[in-house]
Amino acid sequence: MGELAADKHVKYIISVEKKKDSFESVVMEHLRLNGAYWGLTTLDILGKLDAVDEEDVISWILKCQDESGGFAGNIGHDPHVLYTLSAVQVLALFDKLDILDADKVSNYVAGLQNGDGSFSGDIWGEVDTRFSYIAICCLSILQRLDKINVDKAVEYIVSCKNLDGGFGCTPGGESHSGQIFCCVGALAIAGALHHVDKDLLGWWLCERQVKSGGLNGRPEKLPDVCYSWWVLSSLIMIDRVHWINKDKLVKFILDCQDMENGGISDRPDDAVDVFHTYFGVAGLSLLEYPGLKPIDPAYALPVDVVNRIFFSKK
Amino acid sequence: MNRSEEDELKYTEDMICNNFSNYSAWHNRSLLLSNLLKRKVEGFVSKEKVLPDEYEFVHQAIFTDPDDQSGWFYHLWLLDQTVRVDSPQLVSSWPTPGSDLILLGDRCLDGCASSPFTRFYLDSRTFPLVLYFNQSVEGVNSSTITVDSELNTNKDLVWKPLSSCNSKAAQVWVTQLNLPDGNTHSSKVFPVEVSLGHSQGIISSSGFHYSNPFCFAFRVSLQLVETQPVEGLGKEIISWRDESFHNYNAHSQDSSPISSLYQLSIKNDNELTDFEWRAATIAKEIDHFRELLSLINCKIGKLTLARLLMAHDAMTCPPANKFSHSEEVLELYNDLMRLDPMHVQYYKDQHSLVLLQQVTSSWESLLSRCFHYSNSPSNRGSPMCLQLKNLSLSRLGSFDKLLWVQMLDLSHNELRSIEGLEALQLLSCLNLSNNILGSFTALEPIRQLKSLRALNISYNEIGAHSIDTTKYLCSSPLSHSVGSEWNHGQTVIDDDIKSYWEAYFILKGLNLTQFDIVGNAIVNEKFKSFLIKVLPGLKWLDGEQLH
Repeated sequence: MGELAADKHVKYIISVEKKKDSFESVVMEHLRLNGAYWGLTTLDILGKLDAVDEEDVISWILKCQDESGGFAGNIGHDPHVLYTLSAVQVLALFDKLDILDADKVSNYVAGLQNGDGSFSGDIWGEVDTRFSYIAICCLSILQRLDKINVDKAVEYIVSCKNLDGGFGCTPGGESHSGQIFCCVGALAIAGALHHVDKDLLGWWLCERQVKSGGLNGRPEKLPDVCYSWWVLSSLIMIDRVHWINKDKLVKFILDCQDMENGGISDRPDDAVDVFHTYFGVAGLSLLEYPGLKPIDPAYALPVDVVNRIFFSKK
Repeated sequence: MNRSEEDELKYTEDMICNNFSNYSAWHNRSLLLSNLLKRKVEGFVSKEKVLPDEYEFVHQAIFTDPDDQSGWFYHLWLLDQTVRVDSPQLVSSWPTPGSDLILLGDRCLDGCASSPFTRFYLDSRTFPLVLYFNQSVEGVNSSTITVDSELNTNKDLVWKPLSSCNSKAAQVWVTQLNLPDGNTHSSKVFPVEVSLGHSQGIISSSGFHYSNPFCFAFRVSLQLVETQPVEGLGKEIISWRDESFHNYNAHSQDSSPISSLYQLSIKNDNELTDFEWRAATIAKEIDHFRELLSLINCKIGKLTLARLLMAHDAMTCPPANKFSHSEEVLELYNDLMRLDPMHVQYYKDQHSLVLLQQVTSSWESLLSRCFHYSNSPSNRGSPMCLQLKNLSLSRLGSFDKLLWVQMLDLSHNELRSIEGLEALQLLSCLNLSNNILGSFTALEPIRQLKSLRALNISYNEIGAHSIDTTKYLCSSPLSHSVGSEWNHGQTVIDDDIKSYWEAYFILKGLNLTQFDIVGNAIVNEKFKSFLIKVLPGLKWLDGEQLH
């Protein structure tokens, strides 16, 4: 089996962060805050978070905050929960959550809950279970879950449960691994995993593993490294991860590396990007690959960061 | 524009006929049909009329290309629609209907003439009444369940759901009944009558009411004999070595209490209606899949056949013929482990469940695994131990048949989970050594076992894994289901609790007198002193007597 080219990936991530004029940076400009989360969490898992200038990053993040309390993907862009979660997660990595006005950020997120318990992504109203996960995860990190109606939020997520045990983006929406991660993660954080039929969903999820050892997002689709996170973390949260072959998945992820220039791609021999680099490394962490910091499957942050949030002396 | 649901259904049919490898179309079809059936729209009033065509339809997909997953989950849904009984039913209880129980208090006696299956040892002033339903239900309380006896006032009874986190629903519910007064004449018998279904309120998560009025009774007497202290639970160290156990020799008078377990297939009337078409449909499917397998040796064929045979057996009455296909199903899962090695652990788990169903399917089979526990062979006053060790079990099940168990040996298996074990409310001695339990959170079910005194988890993998797969399935501060004591700072979070929070949450509140944990990566001197703090009543740790 190949090995994880950790140093190469660290160099790749730092280069992406620095080259603001590169093609990748330009197409990602509107979601640069997400990119920061993917890159920095990967660095932390690899034990190299100190390779970046913490103050630089944090001051830029704060400039992305809008007067509504929410965060935008980059300076001057519009706020959205997607970037708000990333901002909170990155600050958690640096143990700097206290620089936030937690109530202000929480009020922005809580204000996006609708009457049926669902969440919109921003003031323009799109509803998706992804936003339910984001809201619950973000508010939990800020320890402000009491600002929303958790029971109703859970009710809405359960209404998106399908007959195959999976979850969709809205009620009746087809099961998809990404949505499943969001719903299972939200239910996990809310202490409501008893709503999941673990055996039924577990079988649907474990059948995402195809011959090459990689995981796909739904039946008869191609495998992709990002599902190494979404399917894997879902399986871990419901204690069914032993139903896939972990060794074969490790090999698939390692085969997706660019061993020369660093970075990981969606499948072997494709072009790399920060998104897939994060999901590959995070997946390897979940698979207990040696030398990596363990990552929490629900919060998508290193376990020591999560423990620091919940077990510090108050 | 509002298309009618029938139009949409036709559309999915067209899409599938065009290309059956269209998961979206199968998903939408299942959703539409399920709504039409639920609302009993004209033309969709009975499943009996609708399902056969659907089976034929999905066969075309599966039999053309068995490796294409698009139809697999639709077929599984059809199977579920065929066998599912919507309304909640009582499957099992402890005490069992018609049983005559002798409850022994703290000072237990020697040379008791009664059967060890009717003697139960308790070191508290109460004993549990356990109800086991076929699915998770809410609304079990003193208004929906009436317990009539001299021992308690019904309205004072508090029913608890055996679920983790703060779920108000559970498949298993328990309440505590008072032991008869110790001053009463020791041979006085107290009858207890339990009735349910007389008033609405017990409801499943899909909204179906328990509606089958049912009544059962049992009798309880107390024996408190003041002899010298013998092997009461917690009085002496329990040894799990083979020398401590002696085969149980069955006597004919023992047959009644355990065999009543097998008469506890309560006559659920709902099960009998629609039985004809359900059984016929399953039988037809079995034939179809046998035919498929004769042509193509495929994974979905074997897996579906295994599921169909189990469904068939579960529906069969009388109980004597239950699980007649177990051997064939076990063989199918063995085949699948070879045919699809990527998912070997999935098949292993199913294999374990079927094996346990087989073991618990007859009282002869259960009895062959029952052993007297005794440090001295002449003492016949000790509890019965059910030995399920060395069975390569990776998963547990059949708890409805095991509610009576007080002493359980599950050592030398491959268990990474004990999900469901919380149903065994009588457990006082539990051996889980030499398994592959990976964290304290995997022991969550034990938090509900208030009678547990001796626990052996030696030689497992606690502390050996960086990733915890049961972290969010237990009540903990990370999953926002913990009571106010943590969140409002009433728990002092010292360094020990920070390092060992999982052990703290699982073990605090337990009344263990004996604990074995050697052979787990987490164990060192620091951890052992932490354990002694968390378990103040502990008398023996890893075989050593504490002071």
